[in-house]
Amino acid sequence: MKHTISVLLQNKPGVLSRVTGLFSGRGYNIESLAVNRTLDPEVSCLTLVSDGDDGIIEQITKQLHKLIDVIKVTDMAETDFVEREMALIRVKAEAGTRAEVLRIIDIFRGKVVDVSPRTYAIEVTGDEDKIQAIIDILKPIGIQEIVRTGTIAMARAKKN
Amino acid sequence: MKVTGAQALMKCLKEQNVEVIFGFPGGAVIDIYDEIMRTEDLTHVLVRHEQAAVHAADAYARVKGDVGVALVTSGPGATNTVTGIASAYLDSIPIVVFTGQVPTALIGNDAFQEVDIVGITRPCTKHNYLVKDPKDLIPTIREAFHIARTGRPGPVLIDLPKDVVAAMVEYNEPQPVKMRTYRPTYEPHPGQIEKACKAILKAKKPVFYIGGGVILSNANEELTELSRKLSIPVTMTLMGLGGFPGTDPLSMGMLGMHGTYYANMAVAHSDLLIAVGARFDDRVTGRIDAFAPGAKIIHIDIDPTSISKNVTVDIPIVADCKHAVAAMNSWFNRSKDFDRGAVAEMHAPWLEMIKEWKDKHPLGYAEEKDVIKPQFVVQKLHELTQGNALITTEVGQNQMWAAQFYHFNKPRSFMTSGGLGVMGYGFPAAIGAQMAAPDRTVIDIAGDGSIQMNIQELATARQYHCPVKIAILNNNYLGMVRQWQELFYDKRYSNTTLDTAPDFVLLAQAYGAVGLRATKPSEVEPVIKEALATDNVVIMDFVISREEGVYPMVPAGKATTEMLLV
Repeated sequence: MKHTISVLLQNKPGVLSRVTGLFSGRGYNIESLAVNRTLDPEVSCLTLVSDGDDGIIEQITKQLHKLIDVIKVTDMAETDFVEREMALIRVKAEAGTRAEVLRIIDIFRGKVVDVSPRTYAIEVTGDEDKIQAIIDILKPIGIQEIVRTGTIAMARAKKN
Repeated sequence: MKVTGAQALMKCLKEQNVEVIFGFPGGAVIDIYDEIMRTEDLTHVLVRHEQAAVHAADAYARVKGDVGVALVTSGPGATNTVTGIASAYLDSIPIVVFTGQVPTALIGNDAFQEVDIVGITRPCTKHNYLVKDPKDLIPTIREAFHIARTGRPGPVLIDLPKDVVAAMVEYNEPQPVKMRTYRPTYEPHPGQIEKACKAILKAKKPVFYIGGGVILSNANEELTELSRKLSIPVTMTLMGLGGFPGTDPLSMGMLGMHGTYYANMAVAHSDLLIAVGARFDDRVTGRIDAFAPGAKIIHIDIDPTSISKNVTVDIPIVADCKHAVAAMNSWFNRSKDFDRGAVAEMHAPWLEMIKEWKDKHPLGYAEEKDVIKPQFVVQKLHELTQGNALITTEVGQNQMWAAQFYHFNKPRSFMTSGGLGVMGYGFPAAIGAQMAAPDRTVIDIAGDGSIQMNIQELATARQYHCPVKIAILNNNYLGMVRQWQELFYDKRYSNTTLDTAPDFVLLAQAYGAVGLRATKPSEVEPVIKEALATDNVVIMDFVISREEGVYPMVPAGKATTEMLLV
């Protein structure tokens, strides 16, 4: 089962390779990865998506926690959370399809971020399923290039 | 107070009570060596290969119960330490390794003797550092020692660019190290202790399975108390030998691939396995689903990643072994449900069953009149040292025979490369052990193959007057691999015959050491006696029965009850 794991770590050189080295060295899988600073410039937040049974995910979280530079590890599956990724997609938009492409972008609440006589580059955000859905729809029209970020995730605030 | 980086390093070593370091100089660390020359009360042991420096520091740490230190130069000096670091990592031995590095301005330039040692050692250190800013030097060293010796101990590496150790830094008196992200759990959860103790009270066939964690945390006395209080038999991993008295009636010796018949049978038939500071290594468990199949498992370990890694644990206790076992002792001392006599009576049939297994297949070997048996040599070493020597080993058959037949009664007396299995560990380790305990008898039980992997350290041992004794169990083979080839590869001895070998007696003499040889069983005792009476490095070359095997043996991937016996 897929798990989204959020890791707070010291913002120091080499920390990312400690994390990725742990995954490659122990044969764990990284499906996606996103890292950036938090409000505290000395702390980074890393979100990764991995796949494995409960035993493997438990080992992953424990092993991550064992790294000296890691402050906190949260397996998002243990809480209610929102997750997003973003994709930039350059799709063919020629005379016959330009209007249809715009309609699709609108349905997915995407934005056109670059225009050329024969293409649109669009920005779309959402969970992995939504990004996959727009890709599937646009594919027959002609996707020229695609760039996707890793997933980022945040636990939902307690309701009471 | 302003001092140079190198001076700061010396001051920090003193703060950490470091009296001995093992090292080898080079261009990137000349500034440090210049300072070493001026530093009183620090002994630097000049090894002849950097790998040996790390193994020596490793054994020094084990004997002293403190952090061992090695110092090497950049590039090849640093890469030569990797085997030693990886060995210390797998055995959880606290060491700090200082490597020189090219000046910061040259890092990343493929400069002369530049290597990314922090990158290389990332997966085999507990933590490592590249100090780029001189002001980070002192806090980094203090943090490194703190990390190495606390929690689950391990090796820490600090890479020191040449300009950083030459720079001026501000020296402040040491403060307790505070880290935001690193706080090992020492105290056990009382609820888990209670659960474990209640499970122990119910068990009819309990077994203690103890590992290196008992020795690292100095929990041996608490564990011995607990085992005797509850009449629970104890088996030890290779790393756990000495954690419980090997000659105690409750001791079943080592378990696993070359464990005793009765230890493996007891684990297989137990209803409660109490693992203390052990990690369910494949050499211990054999086929994992057949390991202790009917047992509930209690696992005490300071490292949460060890728990439920290989087998699912019923009662996990994350804590320092000493604290956890002490807490169990006091639980039983307080408990109204615990009656020592009643528990002993309840466990009597179980101990009787184990005794029957032991009588059926005791640890032994077929004696021969004219040929020296390696097990006999180890038994004689035990007898003639009254079991009080510090023993190091190389890796292979020599290591297993040492583990089986030198019955360790005290912790910190057996130094072996358990996890990584490094041939070439034993001799430099013997030097490290002797530097830590100058008055003790130190013996490296070696094979003729592995002793040659760090034989150059004869010069080191001579130079620092370490009168270590090397007992070579010489069969002209890489014996353990040969044994596997015999059993599982139709005796195809591919590249395990050491056709050309040095004359070890002459070799010893070439270094100014003493060489002795025994070719008949009757010569074993006189040779050992002479060696023990000699105040010099001695190589004892025991020409042993060539194709002797280590038994019992659990073939790789088999259940531990499927043992090949003598």
